[in-house]
Amino acid sequence: MMPIGDLGPEIALVLAAIAGLLLSSFVRQDQQWWAMVTSAVGIAAALALCTMQLGDAPKSSFSGTWALDGVAIWGRLLVLASTALILPLMPGWFATDRRHGECYSLLLLSAVGAMLLAGAADLLEVAIAILLSSITGYVLAAYHRDWSTSVEAGMKYFLIGAFANTLLMIGVVLLYGMTGHTGYGPIREALESGVTASLLFVAGVGLTIVGLTFKMGAAPMHMWMPDVAEGAPAPAAAFLLVVPKIGGAVALARLVALVPSDVIDLRPAVAGLAVVTMTLGNLGALWQGDVRRLLGWSSVSQSGYALMAITVIGRSAEALTGLLMFLTGYAAATIAAFAVVTYLRGRTAIDDYSGLGRAAPWSAAVLILALLSLVGIPPLGGFVGKLTLFMATLDGGYGWLAIVAILNTVVSLFYYLRVIGWIYLDERTSEVSTLDRLSGASMLFGGGVVIAVGLLAQGLLAAFASTMLLGAN
Amino acid sequence: MLTLAILVPMIGAAVLAFGPMGSRQAVRLVAILIGLVPLLLLATVWRSFDLSPSAPSFQAVEDYAWIPSLGIGWRVGVDGIALAVAGMSALVFAASIAWPTEHDDRPNQYYAWMLFLEGVSLAVFLVLDLLLFYVFFDLSLVGMFFLIGRWGHGDAKAAALKFFLYTFVGSLAILLAMIALVLASHGPLTFDMRTLIAQHAFGASPGGWAAGLTLLGFVLGFAIKTPLFPVHTWLPPAHVNAPAPASAILAGVMLKMGTYGLIRIPMSMMPETFARYAPILGILALLSILWGAIVALGQNNLKRRIAYTSINHMGYTVLGIAAAGSFLLASHGARQLALTGAVVEMVAHGLITGALFLMTGVFWQRARTYELSAFGGLAGVAPKLTAMFILAAFASLGLPGLAGFVAEFQIFAGSFAVYPWLVALGLIGILITAALFLTMVQRVFFGDVPEDKRSFTDLKATEYGVLGILLAFVVLIGVYPRWLLVPILTAATAIAGSPLG
Repeated sequence: MMPIGDLGPEIALVLAAIAGLLLSSFVRQDQQWWAMVTSAVGIAAALALCTMQLGDAPKSSFSGTWALDGVAIWGRLLVLASTALILPLMPGWFATDRRHGECYSLLLLSAVGAMLLAGAADLLEVAIAILLSSITGYVLAAYHRDWSTSVEAGMKYFLIGAFANTLLMIGVVLLYGMTGHTGYGPIREALESGVTASLLFVAGVGLTIVGLTFKMGAAPMHMWMPDVAEGAPAPAAAFLLVVPKIGGAVALARLVALVPSDVIDLRPAVAGLAVVTMTLGNLGALWQGDVRRLLGWSSVSQSGYALMAITVIGRSAEALTGLLMFLTGYAAATIAAFAVVTYLRGRTAIDDYSGLGRAAPWSAAVLILALLSLVGIPPLGGFVGKLTLFMATLDGGYGWLAIVAILNTVVSLFYYLRVIGWIYLDERTSEVSTLDRLSGASMLFGGGVVIAVGLLAQGLLAAFASTMLLGAN
Repeated sequence: MLTLAILVPMIGAAVLAFGPMGSRQAVRLVAILIGLVPLLLLATVWRSFDLSPSAPSFQAVEDYAWIPSLGIGWRVGVDGIALAVAGMSALVFAASIAWPTEHDDRPNQYYAWMLFLEGVSLAVFLVLDLLLFYVFFDLSLVGMFFLIGRWGHGDAKAAALKFFLYTFVGSLAILLAMIALVLASHGPLTFDMRTLIAQHAFGASPGGWAAGLTLLGFVLGFAIKTPLFPVHTWLPPAHVNAPAPASAILAGVMLKMGTYGLIRIPMSMMPETFARYAPILGILALLSILWGAIVALGQNNLKRRIAYTSINHMGYTVLGIAAAGSFLLASHGARQLALTGAVVEMVAHGLITGALFLMTGVFWQRARTYELSAFGGLAGVAPKLTAMFILAAFASLGLPGLAGFVAEFQIFAGSFAVYPWLVALGLIGILITAALFLTMVQRVFFGDVPEDKRSFTDLKATEYGVLGILLAFVVLIGVYPRWLLVPILTAATAIAGSPLG
């Protein structure tokens, strides 16, 4: 019989999404925020179900297409927690939208896509997960149908996504052709029993990785991030910058661990992607005058750091801990930053942030905390993430990569400090207009999470330390 | 006790930042009272510090788990060196907080940042965990960035940015080196300084590239902070544009983090490697001594001139550290002497330069300029300022009977046994320093008074009192240094006293 319980969290989300959709078809526009409540119930149920899976031994399920190992469970918990933090930002933001209620269902389905990606142990399931997470993501990015910037963001996201997904499908087909399987277990066996690194196999692996970089927001498929950050509805931007990245990073880690280094050594290639990604992201953000685009570019560079952990998977025991810890810190800081943007009604020009420290001290404090955490200033969440990343990278013998990352961190400090300078050191010229109290409260909560992830890192690190990738040796 | 010394100012900072707005005087009074707490706590620790030969090298230790998975904990404790430097820092902080500010802008925020900076800076000297050291080392940059950027003058924002970026490069280099050091140490993963000091990482292969690169990371990071030639260029703009109390802290306290770090981390934790490369550090120190002195002589801006003398003085300190770390070259007596001198120099420079920078605030507040040519003959209109400034200047150029002499004599005497040529050349630096202070004093305080400076007001009672206390310690150390030397010497013996192997 099918182990339905292994998909319990995903099923809870799908049910909640359907409930929200039905609900919003029948209630008036000013009552549609009830869909948030059903979504919250769904997420809570999914969190509970997912937490219950933590006690089980790592196993594969559904004929080996679905991995339930520590990384998958923690990745999915991270997706759920991020979605839960973003949810309360939405009612205030979307209240004026006639189709307010539907956005919650899209959000949940997109989260399901990311969760499937984290647990997928089969190339076809990877492809389906990416499609589910992407198609809902396109709609979320373009949700403001009457605002050209939002539509442009959605369009760019869609075009790059369509291209990346096509490449991914070709890659999957090539891998299937060369090994005869799509499941990771059989592929591993095929590789161990003599499938060699033929040109087509290498091309297949390469194209699949490129397809996954789209979800991670890493080079070469990173171009959508600044546009989505700028144009998508602010809560949706927070979601799209964080959640697919978590799923994509775990999926990429699984893929890299799948290919033994004596068949193809993927590590130098991933390290190269990491360098290109972090550098491009930082250069893009360097002189950026638009705060949301800056956050988008910085998010690209953060993907580069995450790739460092993937580089040393299998070479350092700390790699998975580093990856999960870094993603946690990144998610907390990015969501907190976008919560501030949401609370300030999506303002993005420099002038709207100048002198914020005096006009809206709490918003300013949360944003400064989030930015400092993204730099990796202790003792915030981002610091512990970067620390474990650096430890894993040095431990895995990639000292030069750590040095490149450090140089990039210094560059990133420059543009984060510019924003902090506008906020704290400049004079205020205009009034600050804010959104509803719920988003304000969740903004403050997000700031608290950024601090808590750092100060209470022990709990997370202890939990992550026992994680492993199923089948990796 | 030490935990309180760190936490009380930080809690005070939070209360001031988010608490009720008071009048400027009330806020200042609260800040002064909170700022004095660490000084009193450290004085208590000093009184009960056990100097007997059998006493443990680190005392007043507290140890709580924080992130045991990575071997990180809240560990604090002091040896004689940390105690001396932290005590001096607490004094400079109390003086800087009590110093009347040049501005009335947002007193709550200003004093909150000062107290925050006091907590994190003291923590750098008091913690016994490598990672906590890094945490507070970085946080001190954050505090100073906001103080310079918000309350500085001139192109303060650019100076603050340059300061943060430049020193952040250094702190990240230190972070990488720390991780490399911890990973190279055998046994379970730990950032406990006491364990790492006992382990002597890279002891088996001090010449290997891993050891060399790790040391390079530390030396680069601490050299930027100290600062040593040629990575000193962030210092002059940061000083010139900072408000006077922030300048005093920057020079008096934060530069010491570099030299303290050199002693505490690479010299104690990887002495074999350190000894191998110590001559290079010595040459860098000599270059800083000469470069700082010569460039200072060429400055016509009062604050820039004092800023460059900091590079020169910190050069002496590093020379002493390099000599003390040359474990293979010299007798342990000479090394102990050099290290003791280096630490006394840290204390002396903190007090003297702290006082000098506070006095530059008087010039800016009254005249809105630092140009030497704008002043003259102030001895007639401002005799108290003149007396204080001349006393501090003479202490800085190493006049016997004042603290600077005690320090420099020991450094040169100790280093002479190790690097006679460096010492011989370094003496030129002392000569130039004397020249530059004398010409500065002469141009500012003697000669004709410019018309617009006839109404230059002398030091007010608070200013006079604060400077009086700082300089009283300078005289005390110069005349009767025993109380300071004994605890430092115990720690210096533990670090530099025993031969390797």
